[in-house]
Order: sequence, then C-alpha cells, then structure tokens
Amino acid sequence: MDQTRRGVLKGAGTAGALVAAFATGALRPADVLAAWNKGAFDAKTTADALKAMNIASAADSADIVIRAPDIAENGAVVPIDITSKIPGTQSISLFVEKNPFPYVGTFNVAAGAEPFVHVRVKISESSNVRAVVAAGGKYFQTVKEVKVTIGGCGG
Amino acid sequence: MGDPMKIRARLQGDVADVRVLMAHPMETGQRKDPSGKVIPAHFIKEIRAELNGKPVFDAQISQAISRNPVFAFRVKGAKAGDKLKITWEDNTGDKRSDEITVGG
Repeated sequence: MDQTRRGVLKGAGTAGALVAAFATGALRPADVLAAWNKGAFDAKTTADALKAMNIASAADSADIVIRAPDIAENGAVVPIDITSKIPGTQSISLFVEKNPFPYVGTFNVAAGAEPFVHVRVKISESSNVRAVVAAGGKYFQTVKEVKVTIGGCGG
Repeated sequence: MGDPMKIRARLQGDVADVRVLMAHPMETGQRKDPSGKVIPAHFIKEIRAELNGKPVFDAQISQAISRNPVFAFRVKGAKAGDKLKITWEDNTGDKRSDEITVGG
C-alpha cells in the first residue's frame, strides 16, 4: 500500500510501454496520482488559479460555511473550518485572495470523508477567503473576509 | 523523514473525527535569512489518508498552509480497531507515513 509517486515512476521505468506513454504525452505523470496543479498553485490571482483548474464559474451558495476569525491577530496561523452542505460534495478548494499565491489547496472528500475540513493558513494581509466546492460536476463558492493585524508572510 | 505526526481519531457513531499535526517548516520561498538570501521553499504538497488501506481523503496543498500543519477531517464508515494511515509528501520528495488504530 506504500506505493508512492516515486515508486510508481520507478516502476514505470522498467515498463517500456508506460515510458512510451509518458514520452508521447498520452499519460502525464500527474495522471498517476491526483494532480498537484502547478499552474493553479503558481497563479498570482484567484481568477488565474480558477482558470488553471478549468473552473469557468462558480455559483454563490449559502450551503458552504466558512468558519474563520473576523480579525486574526497573527496572520501566520489562521484557523479555518469549511463545511459544505451541498449534496454530493467531492472537493473543497480554498483561496486567500490577497496572498502572493492565492490558491491554498484542494481537499478531496469524495472517497470516504464528510464534506468538512479544518486547516490553518497563512494570510499576508486582510483578505477575502474563498471556498470553492465541486459537487456533481458543478462549482459553488462562498466568501468570507478575514482582517489581519500582523501578516503571515514576512519574517 | 521528518518527525512523527500526531494523529487522533475519535469515533462519533461511524464517523471518525480525525486531527493530525505534522512537523514541517512549510517554508514559503518568500522569506529571507538575516544575510538577505532567500530561504528556499520547503512545503508539503500532498496528503493522503487511508482507512484499512482504502483511500478516504487526500489533499494537494501549497506553502500557504501554516508551519507545523494541523488538519482535521471526518472519515465515514469507521469503527474501533480500524487502521488509519496518513502520508505526506513535500516538494523535495521527502515523505512520511504514520498509522494509528481508531478508538485504540
């Protein structure tokens, strides 16, 4: 069960067919496991990150609840709870809009977890925090503002 | 390898309330050391959780997660004695897995 990406790739090295598949681009390494979407993580705005994730639009929804402090004293550690009440929620993605790289990550719950996640994030300055939920091929979002008195990205 | 994770799973009915604390610097690559040199980015990219060997939760994350990350999530269909294994992998290829027994 301890099959890692490295292990998978190493295994692929011995299997010529897979190497050919990689070479032709038919099977990118990212497809082996859930992709770490470099384009989205490198994006400098939420809009660009969403574009890199192929999310054209997300409907505002009151069924996603972001629990976060209104005012965070320490931007280096801001606790955030996200709960989705949307049936069939597959994943929850989080963005801190004014961070240098807004995309924080995606949490995939479809395999066997409830549509809830708790994380602690860095927030560089007072910013909107946006949660985007994927459910049944559609996207939903909600936004909450968090004010920060000391930023989380300095020294 | 990093230090061991602290994992706690509390059963509420058939849902395991999982909290995990990982020891990791989560360096953003934006900070500079006192001599003005940029400290290279070093952060966890992937997290996976398996219940009795079956994937139940995974995440792809960025350097915006706080140092020594804490995550909580809720695994469905869990019972006492189940094995919960959590794995992280960072941007340098370093990784670590820890396993606990639910309710044990």
